[in-house]
Amino acid sequence: MISMAGALNLALRDAMAADPAVHLLGEDIGTLGGVFRVTDGLAAEFGEDRCTDTPLAEAGILGTATGMAMYGLRPVVEMQFDAFAYPAFEQLVSHVSRMRNRTRGALPLPLTVRIPYGGGIGGVEHHSDSSETYYMATPGLHVATPATVTDAYGLLRQAIASDDPVVFLEPKRLYWAKDELRPDAPPFGQAVLRRPGRDATLLTYGPALTVCLEAAEAARSRGFDLGVLDLRTLVPFDDETVCAEVRRTGRAVVVHEATGFAGPGAEIAARVTERCFHHLAAPVLRVTGFDIPYPPPMLERHHLPDVDRVLDAVTRLQWEEA
Amino acid sequence: MTVLERPATSLLPEPEPYRVLGTSAEPEPGLWTRLYRELVRGRRFNEQTTALTRQGRLAVYPSSTGQEACQVGAALSLGPRDWLFPSYRDTLAAVARGLDPVAALGLLRGDWHTGYDPRAHRIAPLCTPLATQLPHAVGLARAARLRGDDTVALALVGDGGTSEGDFHEALNFAAVWRAPVVFLVQNNRYAISVPLSRQTAAPSIAHKGVGYGMPGRLVDGMDAPAVHRVLTEALARARAGEGPTLVEARTYRFDAHTNADDAGRYREEAEVADWRARDPLTLLGSELRARGLLTGDVEEEAAQAAERLAAGLRAALGADPPLSAADLFAHVYASPTPQLREQAASLAEVTR
Repeated sequence: MISMAGALNLALRDAMAADPAVHLLGEDIGTLGGVFRVTDGLAAEFGEDRCTDTPLAEAGILGTATGMAMYGLRPVVEMQFDAFAYPAFEQLVSHVSRMRNRTRGALPLPLTVRIPYGGGIGGVEHHSDSSETYYMATPGLHVATPATVTDAYGLLRQAIASDDPVVFLEPKRLYWAKDELRPDAPPFGQAVLRRPGRDATLLTYGPALTVCLEAAEAARSRGFDLGVLDLRTLVPFDDETVCAEVRRTGRAVVVHEATGFAGPGAEIAARVTERCFHHLAAPVLRVTGFDIPYPPPMLERHHLPDVDRVLDAVTRLQWEEA
Repeated sequence: MTVLERPATSLLPEPEPYRVLGTSAEPEPGLWTRLYRELVRGRRFNEQTTALTRQGRLAVYPSSTGQEACQVGAALSLGPRDWLFPSYRDTLAAVARGLDPVAALGLLRGDWHTGYDPRAHRIAPLCTPLATQLPHAVGLARAARLRGDDTVALALVGDGGTSEGDFHEALNFAAVWRAPVVFLVQNNRYAISVPLSRQTAAPSIAHKGVGYGMPGRLVDGMDAPAVHRVLTEALARARAGEGPTLVEARTYRFDAHTNADDAGRYREEAEVADWRARDPLTLLGSELRARGLLTGDVEEEAAQAAERLAAGLRAALGADPPLSAADLFAHVYASPTPQLREQAASLAEVTR
């Protein structure tokens, strides 16, 4: 058994051992091992040139990492928290995501940006954002988010090995969840059915996977057999698996922590509706964070999708007409 | 390095811009005539490209007329393994470094964002968002040093760009890492219309180096041998592992910001005339003539090279470039996502 933080640490260690081009940059990632200890021991093992405590400036971190990637290195950047990554947004949007395209493929940018994201840890303001919508809306970026220990290791290794930039979103409330680490994480762009179900499909990713699995279990006593599909990567998006599942059940609820308006669920619901309209018995519903700035810790439980809100949505899937 | 090890005064720029022309400096005939030839060619490049832009052959052209000494001085100070990080006004620096002029103008012509392979030429893509390429130069320089290469990066930015946060972060990272990088600020006194006094209250831009722990150098940006000398020294310093340098070159943009700008709204004609009297081409040409170093052969050869360049531009930019809508989807990722393949197919369907 290993924690998700431990699996991420192992993925970084194995990637650094396998490829001397892999360099880590971030704030407090060296001596301290990162505020979540994901880089624990790596500076000692590989030296401070490979695991570097940078000045405290996120645009500078990502901008210099971009230059390192232009020279052929394979940087892995740690942003300390979701909302601390925003200063680096211009580098990400104006350069990291575009470098390959603007040079017709001559200058690929193999760079991974690790970002602990999401709430549920009692964090004060600016420590709990779900910022995936911004990254999904930026062409040229891959966006991955593991929900299991196996994916934490496997997707991070794939992200680092990728010749394209990857925004790697780590659900911080799952950092200490333990499980068996298996060596068989599927590739980017492949959704995985975490629980089969006949009546409706919960489409989810990252921190909300646990909530959906609990909701599916709770739904059994109410007579609903719910499937749970883990998207794993938001870009590329696995239309094929998503649509195959929804066509089978005829009903879907998208569940995520990010705000709903123009959020990932809006895109997913639109895609499913465009492709599966005649198989749908009810509109695709969304259970998301409300359209508010992330609340203070004593109120966050109202904001986060939970079992009750998921079950409420499931009961609104027009069963009376079925 | 602490302040005690290196007193702040040792980092201060010279009180007056460093000059070579009109001083008792020993002439370097070979270098000076080479600079002169490139200045003549550079001026012709600026004028011809501006004319072609008026004819609609380019989307826009931010001319470096008046700043050619900085452009040429920068290009000629670099070694073959060094990297240049230009801004959108630095096409000429890329051309003076040897890049095919039509490839260098790809961005401004608009047939693709970057018309060349940056790694093959060691010239980063021309950068439009101000100062955002400076941290790239720092990271690349650091990567080169980590790999044990003696590559140095030279990053160009304007006076307006020094107000950006990326300027600050790049200089700070460079100094902390002692990265082999040189920053050249072409201070042409205006960020489009806003004068330098609205950008900074510092004694000079070069003084800003002191706060980061790197030397600031001040140079006359109309004096090509002076620009070349100061940059060559800064690059050698970086190559020797002594860290970055901030160079401020005082120069002037003779033309408007771009062909779409009206400089008459923010600059006095008298000011423009004063600076035109210090035209970098005239300054170097006069000195070469006064010293008997400018033979008819050199002038003739420079004029011919300039005309060849202009004729090549007219011919190449007069023809329509090959364009393919399929290219829009080809390079977003190493291999297109299923969604991009679908979109490419649907566009092909409606444009068939």
